[in-house]
Amino acid sequence: MYPIVLLSFFGIVTLFLGFSKSKNILLPATLLFLIIALAGNFLEWNKGPLLYFYDMLRVDNVTLAFNGIILLSAFMIFAISGGFQDNPDSEPAEYFGLMLFSLVGALMMVGFQHLIMLFIGVEILSVAMYVLTGSNKRNLRSNEAALKYFLMGAFATGFMLFGITLLYGATGSFKLEQIQGFASNMQVGSESYILYAGLLLLLIGMLFKVSAAPFHFWTPDVYEGAPTIFTTFMSTVVKTAGFAALFRLLSGSFTGVYGFWWIVIAAIAVLTLLVGNIGATSQNSFKRMLAYSGISHAGYLLIALTALSKPSQNAIIFYSLAYSLSTICAFGVLMLVSKEKTIGGQPNEYYDAFNGLAKQNPLLAFVLTVSMLSLAGIPLTAGFWGKFFIFTSAAERGIIWITVIAVLMSTVGIYYYFRVIISSYLKEGDLVKIRVAPFYKVILVLATFLTILFGLAPGIFEGLI
Amino acid sequence: MIPNPNIPEVSIPSVIQNIPLQHYLILSTLLFVIGIIGVLTRRNAIIIFMSVELMLNAANLLLIAFSSYRSDPSGQVFVFFIMAVAAAEVAVGLAIIVMIYRNTRNTDIGFLNKLKW
Repeated sequence: MYPIVLLSFFGIVTLFLGFSKSKNILLPATLLFLIIALAGNFLEWNKGPLLYFYDMLRVDNVTLAFNGIILLSAFMIFAISGGFQDNPDSEPAEYFGLMLFSLVGALMMVGFQHLIMLFIGVEILSVAMYVLTGSNKRNLRSNEAALKYFLMGAFATGFMLFGITLLYGATGSFKLEQIQGFASNMQVGSESYILYAGLLLLLIGMLFKVSAAPFHFWTPDVYEGAPTIFTTFMSTVVKTAGFAALFRLLSGSFTGVYGFWWIVIAAIAVLTLLVGNIGATSQNSFKRMLAYSGISHAGYLLIALTALSKPSQNAIIFYSLAYSLSTICAFGVLMLVSKEKTIGGQPNEYYDAFNGLAKQNPLLAFVLTVSMLSLAGIPLTAGFWGKFFIFTSAAERGIIWITVIAVLMSTVGIYYYFRVIISSYLKEGDLVKIRVAPFYKVILVLATFLTILFGLAPGIFEGLI
Repeated sequence: MIPNPNIPEVSIPSVIQNIPLQHYLILSTLLFVIGIIGVLTRRNAIIIFMSVELMLNAANLLLIAFSSYRSDPSGQVFVFFIMAVAAAEVAVGLAIIVMIYRNTRNTDIGFLNKLKW
């Protein structure tokens, strides 16, 4: 609960800091705010389930773990943004303020116990992201991405709201516990149909936000058009929060009707895996490939949701962490490399921008390689164990066929993840030595180190939650 | 306030309850579907946006109906939240549309084709 209150306050403070002449204070200040929020988050560790705001928010160790992942990724993203110093048109105070506010929304989604809280959290997060996507005002691509994201997001909100309404009509409550109580001993009748319809519509709304197929079509366009730093934010923070919310929703109030929804989620998971992996192979732009890779990772996470067995919870937490760390590395290197060359006024985000990266910039090439290996799920990286835990959770429930499809799809993944490694090590290129700010380097190395650490010793996480 | 003797005293929930709940359900579902069709078929960003608002208002109407049938105020409280959030969305959405109009002199979504695979 502390980080929600703290970040709301700090967001306002950040906006006021924007009035000061010196823009140099903004970045250290926001990083400090995030560290305070992280510390505040873990103050409640092991204090047991606590309920706040008239039982609308639940704080337990699962909530705190998800909050920790979200705040840690946000910290890294803020740090590699470099305070937006390189772009004279940027408005750093507004960007940081909006990102802090959107974090509040993400944290509300993670701990919600009441559907009002879920709705408000999703909206706080999304509305801030619409603005940030379009923050490059003169750039038509950024404009287009913002409009697409906004229209699709608002459309999804409509589905979500109608779903919540139908759930309320069937059960008479917005509280997860009471919905659970109703759904567990419900008779077949008109009310059960309304409940099923409401659940499906609510799921459609949420799956839109986490970009699962067939509701994924906005993702590649938006990820490609948005400024890269906000794409990173979208693909880590928004996705983690979305899956935390889906997990809490399904495990908190619909275990009683598992037989109804598991096949729906399973079908969507398979479709998402197919679309994400096969879509990614045909891309020439690295950024767009990462968008499709984000879709395919949503598919893996959906498998854990389908199973909803005992290991699912840890699997989702571990996978989100592994995915966030590698994605931040990948986008971090992309931001540095793409600035070197431009194509038609746009930064070069194609694979050939990485040609010959390893010769002059061995560190960047290494960071990129580790992150690609982790995303592909090669052993000795965190991504491997993430996939392993997810497959274990599916096996626990006895759903083997979905695991087989997922393993097949992850071999497809190796093809497109290795393309960039091949570009950077084996192909000839004229990339000069890229100057990297020391702090930027520290963050990239830290994320790589954590990826390898969790890959070597995944047990660090085991007993914690 | 002095009650007007010419108007019989009826509470708002009882007025709402004069109409069967199914009718509210059918009406809001129809409004919701009209909204979806509008979003999927129209090409102008502002009209798409209006259709989205129609979807939200279908949900609002249904929430009010459920809430008064159950004599439970929490549904009506939710409506206030939806209205506040919808207003925030309108502000951001219209700002984005104005930004695009400035750059392209158009609000037709067919013009947005820079991002394609």
